[in-house]
Amino acid sequence: MFSDYSMSELGAIFAMQGFAGLILFSVFVLMALGLAIIFGQMGVINMAHGEFMILGAYVTYFVSNFFSAFLPGLFPAYFFVAMILAFFASGALGLLVEWSIIRHLYKRPLDTLLATWGLSLILQQFYRSVFGAREVGVTIPNWMMGSMPVTDLIEVPINGIFVMILAVSISLCVYVMMFRSRWGKQVRAINQNRVMAGAVGINTEWTDRLTFGIGCGVAGVAGSAFTMIGSTGPTSGQLYIVDTFLVVVFGGAGSILGTIASAFSISQAQSIMEFFLSGSMAKVLTLLVVVGILMIRPQGLFSLKLRK
Amino acid sequence: MTAPQGYLLKVEGLTVSFDGFKAVNDLSFYVEPNECRVIIGPNGAGKTTVLDLICGRTKATDGSVKFREKELLTMREDQIVHAGVGRKFQTPSVYEDLTVFENLEISYPKGYSVFGALAFRRDAVVQERIQEIAEMIFLEDMLSEKAAFLSHGQKQWLEIGMLLIQDPELLMLDEPVAGMSVAERVKTAELLNRIIADRSVIVIEHDMGFVEDIATRVNVLHQGKMLSEGSMAHVKADPKVIEVYLGH
Amino acid sequence: MTISKTSLFTRQELIGFIVLAVVIFVLLPLALDNFRLNLFGKYLTYAFVAIGLVLCWGAGGILSLGQGVFFGLGGYCMAMFLKLEASTPENTSIQSTPGIPDFMDWNQLTELPSWWVPFYSLTFSLVAVVIVPVIFAFIIGVAMFRRRVGGVYFAIITQAFAAILTILIIGQQGYTGGVNGITDLRTLKGWDIRTDEAKEVLYYVNGVLLFVVLVIAQFVRKSKLGRILIAMRDQEDRVRFSGYDVAGFKIFIFCLGAAFAGIGGAMFTLQVGFMSPTLVGIVPSIEMVIFCAVGGRLSILGAVYGALLVNWAKTTFSESFPELWLFGLGGLFIAVVMLFPNGLAGVWSEKIMPRIAGLMEGRKPTAKPLVAPSPKEKEAA
Repeated sequence: MFSDYSMSELGAIFAMQGFAGLILFSVFVLMALGLAIIFGQMGVINMAHGEFMILGAYVTYFVSNFFSAFLPGLFPAYFFVAMILAFFASGALGLLVEWSIIRHLYKRPLDTLLATWGLSLILQQFYRSVFGAREVGVTIPNWMMGSMPVTDLIEVPINGIFVMILAVSISLCVYVMMFRSRWGKQVRAINQNRVMAGAVGINTEWTDRLTFGIGCGVAGVAGSAFTMIGSTGPTSGQLYIVDTFLVVVFGGAGSILGTIASAFSISQAQSIMEFFLSGSMAKVLTLLVVVGILMIRPQGLFSLKLRK
Repeated sequence: MTAPQGYLLKVEGLTVSFDGFKAVNDLSFYVEPNECRVIIGPNGAGKTTVLDLICGRTKATDGSVKFREKELLTMREDQIVHAGVGRKFQTPSVYEDLTVFENLEISYPKGYSVFGALAFRRDAVVQERIQEIAEMIFLEDMLSEKAAFLSHGQKQWLEIGMLLIQDPELLMLDEPVAGMSVAERVKTAELLNRIIADRSVIVIEHDMGFVEDIATRVNVLHQGKMLSEGSMAHVKADPKVIEVYLGH
Repeated sequence: MTISKTSLFTRQELIGFIVLAVVIFVLLPLALDNFRLNLFGKYLTYAFVAIGLVLCWGAGGILSLGQGVFFGLGGYCMAMFLKLEASTPENTSIQSTPGIPDFMDWNQLTELPSWWVPFYSLTFSLVAVVIVPVIFAFIIGVAMFRRRVGGVYFAIITQAFAAILTILIIGQQGYTGGVNGITDLRTLKGWDIRTDEAKEVLYYVNGVLLFVVLVIAQFVRKSKLGRILIAMRDQEDRVRFSGYDVAGFKIFIFCLGAAFAGIGGAMFTLQVGFMSPTLVGIVPSIEMVIFCAVGGRLSILGAVYGALLVNWAKTTFSESFPELWLFGLGGLFIAVVMLFPNGLAGVWSEKIMPRIAGLMEGRKPTAKPLVAPSPKEKEAA
């Protein structure tokens, strides 16, 4: 399949597809980070994760409209306001959901899965009733438009670079929170031994709620970033949920580094194959390879061998 | 040490490491037929891990475990059971949603394959055997109760009964009297004494009085290694043992 | 001896089976017009899947979110046969290549793909309806259960399979009919399946097959294998150390569930007249789980009622209040998990049955209690 292209063209194809893959990678990382916190650290399956993300996207859509109508002078900066609001909106919904549903189901992971699926249906219908069934897109500020030429054959879009920078900075934040802060230590302590963590004075109930809220908040930020490269509809979140779970599981639940590495390999594989095969076959092959590897190595790429 | 013939179980150079931490380190010991071997040692010495390794629950990093000259380390858990090794866990593990009768029935050594289990019939032989075991473990009046309703001690007995019905040649018990009332302890001691009469047993136990009662030989483990081995009198007099374990 | 031998049915279970038979074979046909009865025929095909889920999930603790895959495979096997029968050269004479299914012609295929050829045979197709899903389940089962993947990981990976198969079917239009599926099915060995009479006959065939599956499921649950499944769900390690190859049992029950789902899928194709990827993917697969959960994940009869009820509600609500239905379905997921984990069957046996028993005892003190007498009473009697 390579014979039709010259070497320099092949190089450019790989570079461009590689870059497209990097954007996909950023989306995966942003979505998967929230899940890595919720699923990896708490063991909770949140099938409504995509809908939390979409909430962030809708918030961004509103902020963008608000700025263009009332604060056109500040429009270039609206995105940063939107991101913060998205974090708090999705986070607040997360706190509410943890309090009303999740906390009753910590010992029944499969049931959490079903309940949050129900929640995702409700949220989807809610979005459809409130925002309409059509997909909405935001106006991207001027400075994010256009692309940067790298060589004659290769150019990279600026919004893509921006999303990537976002993905990297948010990953760093999550890493610092999880592994350098006191809160992160508490979350990991609870994950390892809930009773003992409670006994040494950690407020497990509140830490759980906050963890879930932060995970959902990160999803909201992901949704916000998502509007820079695509439009948003009520069911957009569901499209990514299986991929995202595979990313987290493939990386080895609980390992932030693993999540990033697996998001990278899956997105690169998919986007490079997409150029040579039809999009659907590329996706099928990627998923099959991931599932195949998971069958051989169920613990994922990065995980410790532990004493049972 | 050479490995003479006639041993039921030969453990040689057994090692397991979890991410570099050697929970069991180059351990060797030999168990004779009809022997009651007790493993003692401080918490974290690797006692339970040794049993896990023998019965296949944990995969060893290195070494060999031979049961009647058959290598166990390469076998699956269920194959090890069929070879004649039974294992009781530290916390009682019985099927809470099933009745005492059904718990024992599942352990009855017949119909192990999928289709064997489909074709399995509850015939008179099975029923008699279950009745016999139930009497032995003091649960003959509880046969149609769900296991969830048993007391902690009764669950321990039930699990012992589930092993007995398989009539294993080597029985491994992890703290069989832990968490029992005094009355239950006395009954259990009596039960164990009856069980160990015609098979080999490896027991992990902390209760020294109880150990002295039943042990043929004692292994003292410390940090995954054998600290001392011999009769109860021998290990009690060993200064190393007194320092790390008995002295506390 | 205090424990009697196991029989296939207790008196209560037998009554349950008879009541369901009356509902399916007498009440529904009397109460419904032809159109509605055909709809219930469709719901019954989902009940096959739900029964399989009771065995896998309720009894065995294995939650598969990919039952749509097996339902679809069974359905497609049937649809391929029917499509070939419908695509005679005479029927398809306007195509550029007559004699092949229309969607192949639209996608510029000039020859029937070789893997379609065996589906000219009805016998082969009927065998494939069961065997193809079972082979798939076997491969997935061996790979996952041998490596001790279970719980949520298994659920996520089976869900991924549902996604993969849907994308594959939609992507390979020329071979599969794509997103529209395989449509315009006409006759089964010359018998027109589109007429009202045929639909009615198929409804009864559905009912009979459902009872065959129910009896098989009942037999499995009553055998020692059924008790081993429950034991495995609660204490997997103990089962292993009682000498059972746990993975083998899981593979078996997963394959059995797949076979049931395959039969359901094939009956769906016959009853409804088409098969499409919308019945294979993530959404239908997880909805099949909710049929089972609403009916009661521990009760095979409950699963049938669950499938009928949820689908009936879906049709009714989405006809009159399409917006409300997703709220309703979403709420149902949450309510069933949080308030009624054992579903309708649980509500029946925990809340309603004791009351009925109480009432009967109150009115007629001499009546036999509905609850089986304890062994001691039996001995005394």
